[in-house]
Parts: sequence; structure tokens; C-alpha cells
Amino acid sequence: MSEIFSADNRLRFIALAIALAVLVSLPFWVSGIYYINVGSQILFFAVFALGLNILVGYAGLVSLGHAGLFGISAYATAYMLQHGFGHTSAIMMALVVGVASMALFAVLSLRSSGIGFIMITLALGQILWGLAYRWISVTDGDNGIPVRGRPAPFGYSLTDPVHFYYASLIVFIVAVAMVFIFVRSPFGAALMGTRDQPRRMNALGYHVWMIRFYACLFSGLLTAVSAILFVYYTNFISPQTLSLTASAEVLLMVISGGPGTLLGPIVGATLVVVIKTVVSGFIERWNFLLGAIFVAIVILMPEGIVPGSARLWRLVTRKRTAAPPAPAATTERTP
Amino acid sequence: MNFWIVLTVNSITFGGLLFLLASGFSLIFGLMRIPNLTHGSLFMLGAYVGGSIVIGLFGFKLNFWLAAVLASLTVAALGALIERFLLRQLPGDQLAQVLVTLGISFMAADFCLMVWGGDPMSVATPEGLGGFARAGGAVFPLYRLAIIAIAVVVAVALWLLLDRTRLGAMIRAGVDDPDMARVVGIRVSQLFTIVFALGAGLAAFAGIIGGPILSVYPGLDQDMLPLALLVVIIGGAGSLLGSFVGSILVGFIYNFGQALLPELAYFVLFLPMLLVLLLRPQGLFGRHVP
Repeated sequence: MSEIFSADNRLRFIALAIALAVLVSLPFWVSGIYYINVGSQILFFAVFALGLNILVGYAGLVSLGHAGLFGISAYATAYMLQHGFGHTSAIMMALVVGVASMALFAVLSLRSSGIGFIMITLALGQILWGLAYRWISVTDGDNGIPVRGRPAPFGYSLTDPVHFYYASLIVFIVAVAMVFIFVRSPFGAALMGTRDQPRRMNALGYHVWMIRFYACLFSGLLTAVSAILFVYYTNFISPQTLSLTASAEVLLMVISGGPGTLLGPIVGATLVVVIKTVVSGFIERWNFLLGAIFVAIVILMPEGIVPGSARLWRLVTRKRTAAPPAPAATTERTP
Repeated sequence: MNFWIVLTVNSITFGGLLFLLASGFSLIFGLMRIPNLTHGSLFMLGAYVGGSIVIGLFGFKLNFWLAAVLASLTVAALGALIERFLLRQLPGDQLAQVLVTLGISFMAADFCLMVWGGDPMSVATPEGLGGFARAGGAVFPLYRLAIIAIAVVVAVALWLLLDRTRLGAMIRAGVDDPDMARVVGIRVSQLFTIVFALGAGLAAFAGIIGGPILSVYPGLDQDMLPLALLVVIIGGAGSLLGSFVGSILVGFIYNFGQALLPELAYFVLFLPMLLVLLLRPQGLFGRHVP
């Protein structure tokens, strides 16, 4: 127990308390609905990035098809609402469809790991995009499906942007807590074991495939949850949401922030949403910048912002106490 | 009856185009162990550059075939530059290399949109091939037959290159065991550049050749890339025969799917991939699971 009250952890608690206070009080000191909406976007995209990070960061499986899964859940919500179902059944359906598709995705793409996993998820994601685009009798093709109204849990209508922000915040906090517990659980440790040393884990008697499969399901759940928030936020879903660009955007959130860290995807989501929002005011197309940031981060800062800053911070504090620097953590990726 | 024959010819034509695109993709994958996600962009770039030369957008006009060669060489040089100056920065880190190719593909797509705009560009069929051939009551567009012939010629040339030349032997050695190839004195990193340039050039060539039947439009890159991925998943990475069989197969399924189930054409492609992944994860002619 003593380590919980160590200086490092006390600092962490203070930081957490400040972060929570800022998030909760945001609507009071931020003027304008526009910025509150940006805040909501950051929150649900952070949930999406947290979900992808389960695979990219903790399982070492890079998915380039997550926008497809995101889109399936979003379409499921929109389709149910369009056909006269209530919000509760639409949301339940979206969760079921999202996790079930992730299971199918996983069965196919876990045939390989590493680069093969990227290829298969990319192909699957593009097929889902093609389906959304061409299967006009269900998805209405390029026109998309409009969604009218937002749910009102406990009579608290989410049509108000501030209310929607708080709903997103609650979902976000629950998601962060879930990931926090997940990563520290024995299962999380086993998952990271399959990332670093799949053969040894196999030799130790762990079912590597099954561990990865469950991790995929958890990732799919978070993806579906964020997709539901997204579709209620935009009140619209079109094939654009499933494009490879969208998959790359969320991957950029994870990679820029720092894969395999809790804070990384949150920082990355903030960064990407803010840049995208700011930039769209100046230039027409965001893709060139997205690509350039991608290339720059991969070449210059492959570990991501959070681990990079943490390393700097440790370097500064260690110098003061004159302790020897800790060896850099080495992680082997499976080929 | 005629409908089926035309559909079959179209499928083989499309398969031939896919082979030009996917053979380079598969070679790069086999040697460098990375799926080159710029491959769709190189296809599109080749089509745009070639098409622009044909209609004289750059201030000079060439006939179709010269334009095709010039554009392929340009894009091949671009491919060599990408390998030399970006991928080379990340030796051995395949994941980072894939992400860099993804980043470049977005930049390339935006660049094309900036230069050529959002309207589709149509490329005229080369002179002398605008007609039709008649055989047994069925009518075949000459140009589609020409594409099939070109694909076969390129396939044979690639096979000769890989199977009969010193360079080909070195590439095969690199695909099978890069470390051992280095030990015996083959400069594998130089092969990377050569194969990347070759693959880029082939993709661009496929783009121009495909121009008259597909036309060139923004988003063409993202339409073609998954097909190349599918060919390699189905055929197996690094195998020329695999690319050939995979291309023809995907060409047939895609075209028949589009004609019979237009709404689900993309989805039908899912089935062969599903079967291959479940029954033979290394692909039909692949040697190891990627």
C-alpha cells in the first residue's frame, strides 16, 4: 500500500484531480457552443482511440480497419432509428452488431499477426466501406442516413450541447476506468505478454489466440460505444465515416499520443481533433496534412508524445537526484 | 450468350490490369515484408501523368505508348526516391515503414486532387485499337484484347527476369532468406530500391493502360489498393504465379459480382478471401503466413 502514497503517485493523483476538475467545469469557463462541441468530439474520439489502443498498444496488433467497425455500429444505430425503433433498442443493437462484427474481423485477421494483420484488417475495412457505399437499398449510398433526435436518459435531453458533453464525459470516464482496470488485471498482463513474447507465452501454457481474441472484443466494444456517441453527435452517417482516411486518423491518434499508454490515445485524440478543427478553417483539405504528420511522427517521434515527454521528464528529475538513468524499455514486436 | 462472353473478356482484361498492379505489390511484399500502401496512389499517379501527356497538359504531346513509358519511368523514379529517402530511414521496422507508406498515400491523393481537380479525366483509347474484333457472332473491343496481350507479355517478361537472370536470382534469394543473401554478398538494400522502383513503375503502367477503360478520378487509389491486397492475400505474397492466378480470380469475381449483384460487388470479394484465410492462410501459392 505504501507505494500508492509515494511522491510519484501523489503527483499523479493531483494531476488526475486537476484534469477531472477541468473536464467537469469546461462548459462553465468555455464560452460558446462551438467549443463545447469540440470538447464532446475529443471525448468520444478519445474513447475510439482507447479502443484501438487495446489492440495497437497492448496487443501489438495494428488494425487499419477500425473505421469500418465504427461505421457498422453507427449504421446499425441509424438504421434502427430510421425504422422506428426506440433509442434503447438502437443502442443495444449497435453494441451487439459492433462486437459481433469485431468477432468476425478477429477470427479472420488473427490468422496472422504483425503485417498480415494490418493487411487483412485494411482489406476488411475497405470491404465494409464498399458495402456502405454500394448497398444503396440499406445504406442509401453516398447520401447517408440522417438521424433525428437524441435520447433523453432520465428525462435529461441530450439535444442540449452541454448535456451531450456531460454524457460523453461520463462515457469517457467509464471507458478510461475500464481500460485502467483491464491493463492492470492479470489478463492485461497476459495480453502484453503475447505482444512481447508470443512464443514464450504459448510455451507457458497461455492460449495466445484466445487472449488476442478477447482483447479484440473489448476493443470492439469501446469502438461501438464511441460510434453511438458519434452518430448522435453528428445526427448523420455516410460512407465517409468508414473510409481508410478515418481508420488512419484514429490510428494517428494512438500513435501520436503513444501506443501502449493510457494517456497517449487521449492526448492524441485531443491533438488530432484540435488540429483538424483549426486547420479546416484555413485550408480546404486535411488529408495532405494528415499524411505529413503521419510521416513526421513515425520518423521523428516513433514512441509518441506521452512516452517521449515522460522520458524527458524522468531525465530532468533524475538529473536533480543524480540517480543513474533507467534502461530504456525494450519491446519486441512480433514480425 | 453474348453477355457472358463479353463479361468473361472484361473479367480477364480487369484481371490482367490487376496483375500489372499486384505483381509489383507482391514482389515488394515478398522482399521487403511490407504491404506498400502507396501502390494505389502510384497507379493513380501513373494514370494522371500519362493521361496528361497524351492530351498535352504539360505543354507537350506524345502518343499513348510513349506517354505510358515516360509516365512509368517517372513514377518508378519517384518510387526509388520514396524507398531511398523515407523507408531507408527505418531499417527493419516494418510497422513504421507501412505507416510511412500510408502517410505518403494520403499526401499523394491530395496532391492529385490539387493538380488535376475533382472531375474525372477520360483517356482516349490509343489509335488503331478503338475498333472491334468479331469472332463467332461475338464482338470484342480490340483495346481490351490488347490489355490481355500486354499483361501476358509482362508476365512472361517478369518470369524471365526472376527465373533466368542474375538479378532475378538475387531477388529470389532476398525473398527466401534476406540474412543469408547478405552473407553471401548480395546487396539486399540495393535490391529493395530496384524492386520498389520496378513495382512503382508497373503500378503506374497499369494505371495508364487502365485509363481508357476505367477513366481517372480522385479515389481511384483507394478503389485499387484493396484489390491488390486481396490478390496478394489470395495468391500468396512474393509469388508471381500467385499474383497471376489471384488477379484473374479477383478480376472474374469482381466483374461478375458487379454485373449480377451490383450492390454487393465489393462484398462478394470477401468470400474468396474468407475461404483462403480459413483454409490456407499463406495464400494459394505463398510459402509462409505473412
